[in-house]
Order: sequence, then structure tokens, then C-alpha cells
Amino acid sequence: MSTTEEPLVDDPATPLIDESKLGASVADDGDDTSGYAVFIPNTYEGAQLLKPRSETTARELLREVGSVLRMSEAEAAKLGDLPEDPDEDQTMIINMGPQHPSTHGVLRLMLELQGEQVLRCKPIIGYLHTGMEKTAEQLTYMQGGTNVTRMDYLSPFNNELAFSMATEQLLGITDDIPERATWIRMLMSELNRMSSHLLFMATNGMDLGAVSMMIYGWREREEVLRFFQEVTGLRMNHNYIRPGGVAADLPAGWRDGVLRLLDLLPERLEEYDILMTGQPIWRERLQGVGVITPNEALALGATGPILRSTGVEWDLRRDLPYLKYDELEFDIVVGSYGDAFDRYAIRLAEIRESMELVRQILERMPQGDYRIQDKKVTPPPRARIDESMEALIHHFKIFTEGFKVPEGEAYVGIESPRGEIGCYIASDGSPNPYRMHMRDPSFTNIQCLPHMMRGGLVADAVAVISSVDPVLGGVDR
Amino acid sequence: MTDTDASPVSDTQGDETPELHGCPTWTVGGEQHGQQVVFPDRDQYLAVAKALADEGFTICVDLCGVDYLEHLDRPLPAGVVPERFEVVANLVDIGNRRRIRIRVQVPEADPTVASLFDLHPGTESPERETYDMFGIEFDGHPDLTRILMPEDWVGHPLRKDYDPGRIPVQFKEANA
Repeated sequence: MSTTEEPLVDDPATPLIDESKLGASVADDGDDTSGYAVFIPNTYEGAQLLKPRSETTARELLREVGSVLRMSEAEAAKLGDLPEDPDEDQTMIINMGPQHPSTHGVLRLMLELQGEQVLRCKPIIGYLHTGMEKTAEQLTYMQGGTNVTRMDYLSPFNNELAFSMATEQLLGITDDIPERATWIRMLMSELNRMSSHLLFMATNGMDLGAVSMMIYGWREREEVLRFFQEVTGLRMNHNYIRPGGVAADLPAGWRDGVLRLLDLLPERLEEYDILMTGQPIWRERLQGVGVITPNEALALGATGPILRSTGVEWDLRRDLPYLKYDELEFDIVVGSYGDAFDRYAIRLAEIRESMELVRQILERMPQGDYRIQDKKVTPPPRARIDESMEALIHHFKIFTEGFKVPEGEAYVGIESPRGEIGCYIASDGSPNPYRMHMRDPSFTNIQCLPHMMRGGLVADAVAVISSVDPVLGGVDR
Repeated sequence: MTDTDASPVSDTQGDETPELHGCPTWTVGGEQHGQQVVFPDRDQYLAVAKALADEGFTICVDLCGVDYLEHLDRPLPAGVVPERFEVVANLVDIGNRRRIRIRVQVPEADPTVASLFDLHPGTESPERETYDMFGIEFDGHPDLTRILMPEDWVGHPLRKDYDPGRIPVQFKEANA
């Protein structure tokens, strides 16, 4: 796997079809474009792979070693002893993923290593790309929820919420959403934050060798999903929050379901504390690993627990409040070192904070409509269809054609478990979005990986990926 | 808010177009949920982003492209010439808790626009995505390659003239 063995292709635009290389390409197609070039047809537009230093432009190299963002040499030195960049023949480029249990899906990393130390890292994505933004252009606003809910599949309610709020913004009905719908939305997105962070606890534990934690985390998440199933009929991909409100009212007995969760979780979370937080092995494994500074995180557009772990207090629920978050009491949890342990601790604390929020929501849940009574966006109730011809026509029209949304564009960003999830919709006045773009937090957060891994050990790379908590369904969309 | 002739691209039809850093601007979505949008042209784009960064908009949370091929008559402030492509950047000011959006018109004949990479390194992947999906090139981007599609892919999938492609469904045992 060393970079010295084969002459490299000079001009990637004219691929070598060299029969002699076909046999040899198996071993070295990770680091060396010459083996890879055999399979690349004429439309080749430049490699996405991590190239050897000799082939990388100075500017790109600066980006890949993370030095674009470092303020000065002195500041770089403060961050720890970064390795001197060695000659190329002392390093090797290895490939990690996309089929790797600790990459949370199909994330592929190319790492340049010197011994055990990571020098450069390049995330390669797109293995789960299914063109969902293109699909969204074929679907009406009513159908769009089914599409966006599958993007970041661990926070489906947040995806739907961003999409619905952007649609409502375009329709100009943001202020007309019934109270109860708003509070149901808040309830579901807070429970979703809990389920997502519980899954983080599980995968983070598994990645670092605390295998029993994996089972515990999945077990607790399952309890939350069971409640989701009671409410929406599905464990995941709910399509429950829709433009104009929510799909259905909360079922009878929902309060007991939530209270059961709130009773059950605190002692389980204490078990986590005993199992992990205070454990010297756990702390050794995470503290000081994957450090990122506030300036770096801000420059890279990182949001959510990654940004907060550096000590920057930025939570859209408090700072740019949406729904009724400004009426609730809650704390924003911030770290101080920006390392993997801070990100773990923040998520654990956010589960507790979300439980506090859910308690307040339970107390204040109002009665009333669960969706807007605007004929434009809401289908008539089933019972009306049997007795009214107009209702039947209306029902037929709204489900076959969808509702028209005025021309314009809107961006709505909300706080998902992983950071800011935003939905940008451009409308041309038809029932389909002219363009829908999701700003997914994982997609942007992945850019932090090279900065976090620089100078760390290969074994810590797994801890770093895990602490960023990317969801590849959201990254690739 | 009513200085009319500061912008070089202004039509000066007598409309009072509010301006920000010499570019037309407006607020969409009503007073309470209003979203401010700035419309610099391509030459002003980088300067406006810099000026906004100095004002506090230090985070670029999102950058994406839009292909307006089938919707060229969209509403725009007076003085902005509609082009086929648009690059949309969403900025956040975390000190003052506000957002702003930049929309740049990018012509089809020369789909090139300055990269925000030097200003906001976090636009690295979104710009690559926009290049990949729309074929808009970003001047000054360190590594402008495809990011989501395979590198040997032909075409830019989110363009409106790129057909999604369908597989004809033939019903089983149908006598065609």
C-alpha cells in the first residue's frame, strides 16, 4: 500500500487502459490512481479520493491537513503536538469503509497515516445518494413529507417539521397553526431528540467497546419508538407532521405512554452514568480526543452538539425560537474542551433536558384542533365525504392535484438532534416544490472530521466519527 | 432605505428599491416571520459576503443552487436581471441572532461564481454539491470535484433539463 511502487497517471482525463495493470490493481486501488484509472471511462472529471501529497495542490493539501483554519503557528502549537509532515515514503494512505461497522452506514474515509498517527483524512460520501431532492420536485407538498422523513432517518419528525414549516411560511399560514398542533409538534420533536441521542449512546458505546451499552441504548430507544408507533402507526418514517398541522390527534392514553417513558428513563440514564461517565477507561478513551476549537467549528458551519461542545452557546430553540420554545424553561448544555467526551456528555445531558421539556409540554398541552381548518390545505373529514358532494370533490382534488403554494422562496432552520436542519423551498406557484433543498446537519458536520482527526491515533478515529454522530441517510439524501 | 442610484445594475424606474451594501434587498414572508434576502450580482457577491461577515454574519449555514430554467419570470427586485441559475447562501449572525440570505444570479452561458471558501471554509462541501448537481463552478474552490455522484457521471442531475429517467413498467403477461 505504499505510494512508491507505481508510476502515477499524469493526466487523469486520458485514462490508461493498460491490460498489465488489471491484475495488479486489486491491492493498490486505494491509494494510487493508476490502478483505479483502468476502470474510469472518458467522462472522468477528477478523483474524489485522497491523493498522494505529490499530486495534491498546495491549497487542497492545506485544507486536508486542516491548516486552512488555524489562526497561527502559535495557536496550532497550543492545540497539541501536531506531527511534522513527513516525506511521502514514510506514510501510507489507507481506506476505511464504506463497509465498516463503525462508520455508521456508508461513510468512507481515506486516511494518510504515519505509523499509528492520522495525518490527513478525507471523507468520501455519496454511497447512499438517491436523489431525494430531485424526487421532491415530482411530489406534491402533501406527499413531500414521506420523502423528507427518510433523509435523516434518526430524526424523522425534525425533517418533517422543517419541511412543513417552510411550506407554511410560503403559504403564509405560520401564525394560523392551531395551538394543539404546535404543542404536539414540540412533544414529538423532543421525544425524537431523546430517541436519537439514545441511539447515539448505543452506537458510541459499541464503537468504543462498551458492547453492553449498545444493547441498553437500543432497548431504551425502542421504548420511545413504541410510543411513536402508538401515535403515528410507524416506528420510523412517520410522515406525521404535515403542512398545516399533524396527521392525526394524539391517541387516547397518550399521556400514560409519555409518563411511562419519563418514569423509566431517569434510572436507566443513571445506569449509563455508572457504566460510562465516571469510568476511567471510558474517560481515557474520549477525553482530549477529536478536539475542535470554537473558531474552527464556527468556520466549518458545524452546529448542534459539536458546536456546543466547544463552549459556544447556540441552540436554535432558544436563540431563534420557533414553535413555542420561547415559552418553555430549559438549559442549553455546553462543553468546554470540544473533545469527544464533551460531545458524549452533552448528548446525555440533552436527553435529561428533553425529558424536562416533555414534562412541561405535558402540563401545557392545550385542547383544540390538531390541524388547520383551512380548506386549502386540509382535506375534509371522512364523515363529511358521505354527505356532501362538495366535500367529495374537494377530497378528490386535494389528493389528486395537491394544493397550490404561492410563488416565492423560504428557508426555515430548526434544531435537530444533530444541529441545524434547514429546508429551502423555491415555489413557482404549482402544487409541487420547484426546488427543495435540505440543509442537513450531518452533511456539514462531516467536514469537521479532518480537523478532529489530525494528529490523533487510528484507534481514536473511530471515537471521533462516533462523536460526530453522522447519519448517512441525511448526508447523501 | 430609499437611496436609489447606488447600485450599478439599478434600472432606476422610479421604484424605491431598498439596498444593502449597494445591492437590492427585500424581505419576504411578512413582518413577523420575514426573511431578508440580498441580491448582489456576481461581481459584488464576494464583497457583499465579506461586508456581511464584518457585520456579524460569520456563519454560512447553507449554500445551494436553483435551476430556474422553467421559471424565468420569477419575482425579483427591480434591477436584478433573472438568469437561469441561482446560488443561494444562508448566513447566520449568532451575536445578534438573525439570518440573511444571498441570492446570486448565475448565467447559463458561463456558470461560474466566486467561491466563499476563503471566507467561510464550511462551504467546501455545499459548493462541491452545487457543482455536482448543477454544474455551477466556484472560482477559488480548492478541490472542485463531484461529491455525491460517481466521478464518471455524465450531466448534473438537479438541472431541470436533466430527465430523471424512468423504467417502463410492463405488466406481467400482458399481450403488448
